[in-house]
Amino acid sequence: MSAGLAAPALSLPLLLALVSAALWSVAGLLGGGLEPRRSGPRLFAALAVGAGTVGLVGAGAAFVAGGRAVPSGAGLVGLDALSALFLVPISLTGGAVALFGLGSWHDGERTGPGRRLRLALGLTVAALVLVVLARHALVFLVAWEVMALGAFFLVGTEEDRPGTRRAAWIYLASAHLAFLALAGLFALLRATAGSFRLEPLAAGIAATPAGTLLFWLALVGFGLKAGLFPLHVWLPPAHAAAPSHVSALLSGVVIKIGIYGLVRVLSLVPDPPAWWGGTVLAVGAVSALTGVLSALGQHDLKRLLAYHSVENVGIIALGVGLGTLGRTRGETAWVLLGLSGGLLHVVNHGLFKPLLFLSAGNVVHATGTREIDRLGGLARRMPGTALAFSAGAVAICGLPPLNGFVSEWLVYLGLVSTVLGRRVPDAALAALAAAALALVGGLAVACFVKAFGAVFLGEARTDDGREARDGGALLLAPMAILGAACLLVGLGPALLAGPLGRAVSVAAGPSAAALGPLAAVAPLRTLGAVAWAIAGSLALAAFLGLRARSGFLRDLRRPAGDGDAAASTPAVTWDCGYAAPTPRMQYTSSSFAATLVRTFRGVLFPRHHRPDLTGGAVPEPGRLFPAPATFSSHVPDAVLDVVLEPAFAGVARVAARLRAIQSGRAQTYLLYVFVTLVVLLLTL
Amino acid sequence: MSRSFDLLLVGVMLLNFLVLGTSRIRVCIQAAALQGVLLGLLPLLVHRSFDWRTGLVAAGTLAVKGLVIPSLLLKAMRDVQIRREVEPHLGFVASLFLGGIGTGLALLFAGGLPLAPEHDGSLVVPASLATLLAGFLVLTTRRKAITQVVGYLLLENGVFVFGLLLLEAMPFLVEVGVLLDLFVAVFIMGIVLDHIRAEFSSLDTERLAELKE
Repeated sequence: MSAGLAAPALSLPLLLALVSAALWSVAGLLGGGLEPRRSGPRLFAALAVGAGTVGLVGAGAAFVAGGRAVPSGAGLVGLDALSALFLVPISLTGGAVALFGLGSWHDGERTGPGRRLRLALGLTVAALVLVVLARHALVFLVAWEVMALGAFFLVGTEEDRPGTRRAAWIYLASAHLAFLALAGLFALLRATAGSFRLEPLAAGIAATPAGTLLFWLALVGFGLKAGLFPLHVWLPPAHAAAPSHVSALLSGVVIKIGIYGLVRVLSLVPDPPAWWGGTVLAVGAVSALTGVLSALGQHDLKRLLAYHSVENVGIIALGVGLGTLGRTRGETAWVLLGLSGGLLHVVNHGLFKPLLFLSAGNVVHATGTREIDRLGGLARRMPGTALAFSAGAVAICGLPPLNGFVSEWLVYLGLVSTVLGRRVPDAALAALAAAALALVGGLAVACFVKAFGAVFLGEARTDDGREARDGGALLLAPMAILGAACLLVGLGPALLAGPLGRAVSVAAGPSAAALGPLAAVAPLRTLGAVAWAIAGSLALAAFLGLRARSGFLRDLRRPAGDGDAAASTPAVTWDCGYAAPTPRMQYTSSSFAATLVRTFRGVLFPRHHRPDLTGGAVPEPGRLFPAPATFSSHVPDAVLDVVLEPAFAGVARVAARLRAIQSGRAQTYLLYVFVTLVVLLLTL
Repeated sequence: MSRSFDLLLVGVMLLNFLVLGTSRIRVCIQAAALQGVLLGLLPLLVHRSFDWRTGLVAAGTLAVKGLVIPSLLLKAMRDVQIRREVEPHLGFVASLFLGGIGTGLALLFAGGLPLAPEHDGSLVVPASLATLLAGFLVLTTRRKAITQVVGYLLLENGVFVFGLLLLEAMPFLVEVGVLLDLFVAVFIMGIVLDHIRAEFSSLDTERLAELKE
């Protein structure tokens, strides 16, 4: 479609995206409005899957249409490749989540929370779609606020559980702070650009003080939603407290909207200063590192996954920052690799994080606990869930043949080309970031070995989950869809070169014209070939392993069948003194991570609650045995628990002293007025 | 502005001291009523020539401040059967002393205010501020609700005196506004009194502190 076409009517892709948003809201309204008995949940899931499919088709059509900016309806909404790229995880994950919710959420006696959940879920996803379509500041802000409030109700669904309300309030406070920053941002845009339309700004604005303020408002407002360190405080409690499919949506899609906003605003600026990209890059690296370190110390499966969201958003920000830096320096390779790595990681994280959250949700659903150290040996009882979790874990660790490998590799390539570019400050920054990213990758592997090992391998540590089962197809199908998508991206990255390149050229803003094709710098075919090779050898190994195992079993049986069966009773030869092993002797997740946590105690502030050895544990006179004692340790949030809570408690203490002013006597209040009057007259 | 005008203002200020110094509620109310009568006479003396509009303001002030409100208060005092003593937080001597300081401060403030030249020598501003401060003093140091109303009356009287400065510029509007304001205030106070009594079976505002939080 050429720009010369008169009357910018709604194009087909945009129409499809709008229909998808409308279907989501209808799904929410019906799912919330209809009684559960009258098939509200089923109708909701069906409409949601339909809406997701329509959204995916719309995104695909936008990519096929290929235009840089598809003509928009009255200038309020529009659909370009960048919006379409974000529409993919919204639609795919939204549909999968709704389907999983149908299987995992049971309304029971009290139907209120379930109806509220479905209403908020439908409206939140509809608002998400609208946010990425918005081309006008007010449309953007309204959709943003609907999304933020919807997510508040989603987090607070199970409000009668301990900690849920606190998590929801923390989320609401940070969402409002983000909205405040964004309202300031768009007011400033209006003042500098003279329009509420999200259109490219004039050159030179970025260097002014208003431009600086613009950048910081965008970074704080969108960073709060994205969960960049140190603005991530709402993220772990909210993800832990929400129902699992909601956590999947929050982590997979909602926090990505922060990234979307940041990328969109940066794309409007024609000449970002070097320190913008450098700041985003540095924040991303710090975020990735603190995220994965905090994750290592967690005992709560969903909190652990939430901290990995902080990590992955950091990796995305790293790529975006690198791309922005490349735009300033005029280095097309940095722009292409950084932005494509970041944006592809948005999609990838939107696939494998929901996969992890859904499988974790399945575990929580089957066992009734989120405590990693209460679980164990679930792989035998829940093989489907174990497979899904391991697939997600491999993807999130950035290992081939799954999708995380591709996007992290692109970011690595961008960093390496920056280092090789030998511009002094940039190369040093990139070298540090590359080292941080490598450390993050290693720690992520350690963390998921810990999580997968403690939850799925070994023996059950407690009675929780001895009866656990995989659950029905409704629970497994969404995980299968997400896992298949992960594998598809991992094996066929070259298929994505077209759409991804178009999204990058939108995200690169006015400097996009000079960019070459993505395939010129990104060896996507090679990556695909590597993935195929590894996948093939894995499959071969699995096949051979199975054959060897069955052969081994046959060999075992043969001598027994030879004659004296009674003589060969299986027995241990020598068991290292473990005469009667119990499941409690297994490595726990805390002991597995203890070394790393101790190494990084300067960042993590681990807290130990040791038994009091001088008092209760030593027997008092007249008693023979020590009293029972307990030991526990936990890693608090480095910002919320270590900095913010004490600071707010201090403010509350000071504020409590001011209460003396409120005596409750009208005369005293009048005295204040009197004194003020006299003082005013005296100073006049 | 004549000598008799200033003389009336001195009378207004002296009545402040009577309100502050007396231990009897009835005397309090009567002093406020007398102050109202003096205030009613003041507009007549601002203009040399008699003007029917000024006369109307004067008559209205006299009627409302001098007769209606005091009689309402006296009736309320009879009806609710309260003790006749003022029951201050602050002793009468101390109240008088503070009232004296307030009057001194009022004279001081009046010197500092940027006034139109024709008001420079007059007692209007000091008297107004002194009455205002005395009203505040009664409001803050007396505990009975009915004495609060008297304090509020004094406060309004101070505002009224200040309004005399504007009487030549916009005569009618200000005065009617002030009277209306006062009338509404007394009604509200009456309703509040009634409610306090119904709720606590006492008119002691100390009991209101129970409503804290």
